[in-house]
Amino acid sequence: MTTAADTADAKPRPKTLAEKVWDAHLVKRGEDGAPDLLYIDLHLVHEVTSPQAFDGLRAEGRPVRRPDLTIATEDHNTPTIDIDKPIADLTSRTQIETLRRNAKEFGVRLHSLGDVEQGIVHIVGPQLGLTQPGITVVCGDSHTSTHGAFGAMAFGIGTSEVEHVLATQTLPLQPFKTMAITVEGTLKPGVTAKDVILAVIAKIGTNGGQGYVLEYRGSAIRALSMEGRMTICNMSIEAGARAGMVAPDETTFAYLKGRPHAPKGEDWDAAVAYWRTLPTDDDAVFDAEVFLDADELEPFVTWGTNPGQGTTLAGTVPDPDEMTDPQQRESARRALEYMDLKPGTPLKEIKVDAVFMGSCTNSRVEDLRRFAEIVKGRRKAEGVRVMVVPGSARVRLEAEAEGLDKIFTDFGAEWRFAGCSMCLGMNPDQLAPGERCASTSNRNFEGRQGKGGRTHLVSPVVAAATAIRGTLSSPSDIDAEVLA
Amino acid sequence: MEPFTTHTGVAVPLKRSAVDTDQIIPAVFLKRVTKTGFDDALFAHLRQQPDFVLNDPAFAGGSVLFAGPDFGTGSSREHAVWALRDYGFRAVFSPRFGDIFRGNSGKQGLLTGVITEEQVETCWAAIEAEPGIAATVDLTNTTLTISGISIPFEIDAYTRWRLLEGLDDIGLTLRDEARITAFEAGREAWRPTTLPVGDR
Repeated sequence: MTTAADTADAKPRPKTLAEKVWDAHLVKRGEDGAPDLLYIDLHLVHEVTSPQAFDGLRAEGRPVRRPDLTIATEDHNTPTIDIDKPIADLTSRTQIETLRRNAKEFGVRLHSLGDVEQGIVHIVGPQLGLTQPGITVVCGDSHTSTHGAFGAMAFGIGTSEVEHVLATQTLPLQPFKTMAITVEGTLKPGVTAKDVILAVIAKIGTNGGQGYVLEYRGSAIRALSMEGRMTICNMSIEAGARAGMVAPDETTFAYLKGRPHAPKGEDWDAAVAYWRTLPTDDDAVFDAEVFLDADELEPFVTWGTNPGQGTTLAGTVPDPDEMTDPQQRESARRALEYMDLKPGTPLKEIKVDAVFMGSCTNSRVEDLRRFAEIVKGRRKAEGVRVMVVPGSARVRLEAEAEGLDKIFTDFGAEWRFAGCSMCLGMNPDQLAPGERCASTSNRNFEGRQGKGGRTHLVSPVVAAATAIRGTLSSPSDIDAEVLA
Repeated sequence: MEPFTTHTGVAVPLKRSAVDTDQIIPAVFLKRVTKTGFDDALFAHLRQQPDFVLNDPAFAGGSVLFAGPDFGTGSSREHAVWALRDYGFRAVFSPRFGDIFRGNSGKQGLLTGVITEEQVETCWAAIEAEPGIAATVDLTNTTLTISGISIPFEIDAYTRWRLLEGLDDIGLTLRDEARITAFEAGREAWRPTTLPVGDR
C-alpha cells in the first residue's frame, strides 16, 4: 500500500493499521499494474468452497504447502439436530465426506460434526486463539472479515483463490484503499454492535465500502467486547468492503490470553510488543472517513432485501416514491413487493413467523447470554417458531454450563447443535415460502433463508423481544409491558 | 484457462440492480463437489418467474449479459461464475461489480467489463429494439459493439493481460517460489500454527 517514493524517504511514512499488516506480508511488490503477492498466515477451510480446490491440486499433483497454517471445519451443510445420525440429504453428505477425504489425503486438520471444536469457521478461529492481531486470514467465505476484529487483515476469497492459497500460501492482491469509520459516544441500553453496523451500512450503502478496507475506530468501538467487534467486522462485506478491522488493544489481548493457540511465555510478550505497534499512526491519512454518533443510534432493523435497506425499529416502512435516486427507488419497490410490505407501516406492527438466533454474526456465547437475559422466565409468542443455534460445539457446551439451554427451552425455543443453519439454509433449517423471520444473521437477500422466505435483520436483543411479542420489538417494549 | 480475445454472441438484458450471488445461484445448489454442471442452477429462483429474461426464447443461447449496477455482490461463492459460464455466458457488463465476484470471474475466463449506467441503458434499449441481436466483445481493444454502437469498457490491465494470455495464477505465483520460501524463513516463531493441535 506504500509507493516506491515512500520507501525512498528517510523517515517512514505514517501508516494505517491495514497498511502495516499489508506491508508486513509482502512477498513481492507488484510492478506495472500487477498485484502484490501477499503471504497468508491462516487459511480456514469448509466443505462448500473447497472440494473443487482440492480437485485442482490433485489434477496438478500439488501438495498443500502449509497444512500447519490451515484448518477445516464442517459448518454450512451440517444438520443442527440428530447429528449422531447419517446426514439425510445425500448431496450434503457427499460434500461433507469429500472434505473428510480431502483433509485426510492432504494432511489438513479438520473438526468434524460431533467434535468439540466443530462449528462455523469464523467462530472456531477466534475461539481457538488462532485469529491474532496483525496476521492475514483468508477463507472461501465472504464473512471472513469477522477476524478483522483482532486487527488481522481478513477477507473472503473464491474457490480458485482457495486452491491458490493451498498450493502457495500466498495470494496476488491489488492494494485496497482505506476508510475510517469513527463511532464516538456511548450506545444506549438495548443498542448493540449489530445496530452500529446496520446503521453504518444504511449510511454508506451496500457498495459504499467497495475497494476499501474499513477501520472501525472511536470510543464506542473501543468500549465494545471482542464479540461485538466481531459482529461489526463480520458485516463489512455487506457494505461492499472485503475487510473490516479494529486496532488491537487490552480487550483483544485479554480475550486471547490462555487460548489454545495463543502465544505463551516469552512468545506472548514478544507478540504483545509487536501487536502494540499495529494501531494506525496518529498522523496517518485515510482515503475516506465516515463519522457516526453512538449516542444517537437506536435499535435497527432491515425492511428490504439487502442489508442497506434498514432503518430504526421505531420508524415506518419507507415509501419508494419519496426516494430521489432511481436505482434505489426501483430496488426499494422490488424489495417491498418481495417482502409484502406497504409504505408507512410502523415496523413494530410487522408480525413474524420465525426468529433465528445464530450465524457467524451473532452466535457467540455473549450473544446467547443477551438473548437469554430477555427471554428468561417468559414464553415465546404463540405460533412463532424460535431457533437458537450456537456458533460452535464449544459455544453450545459453554451455554449449557451456564444453564442457558434451559432458559431457551423453557421459553419454547429449539436449542440446536452448531452450524450456519438458517442463515443460508443449506441444511434443512429453512423458511417456508412467504414466511417472515427476525434473524440475527447478516443477509436479507431474496430467498437467502429459504425460497420465498422474508428476512428482517436484527440484533440478538431485538430478536428476543420479537420472539416474546410476535411482532418486531425492541427490549424497551418488554420493559414497558412489565411496567404496565 | 482458454485465452479470451474476441467473442460475439446473443446479448441478454438483465434489468435489475444489486443482483447478489445468492440470486445468481441460490445456496441449495452449492452442494456439488464438481466445477461443472451448474447451468440449471443459474438464477434458479428467478427463472421460475415466467417473465424472467432467460425464459424468453429470443435470448436462447445468450452469452453476453448486461446488468444494472452492483452485479455479483455478497457471498464469495465462485459457483456464481461457474453457473454463468456453464450456461454459456462469456462476458458480463455492469456499472459496478462485487469485488470477490469480479476476482473470481477473472480466474475462470469470464470477462467482467465496466460500462456506465447510461451505456447499460443504451445496450438495453438496443436489445429491446431487436431482441436476439448479438454483441461483440473485443478484449484486445477493450471495446464492445452492439447494433452498430461501439462502447469502450473498463477492465483492469492485469486481468485483461491474464485473460488474453489464458494464464493460470498458481503457475505464475510458483515462479516466485524462492521468494515465498525466503519470506517464510523470516516469519516470527510465535505466529500461530494449526498443527500440532493446541491444548485446551
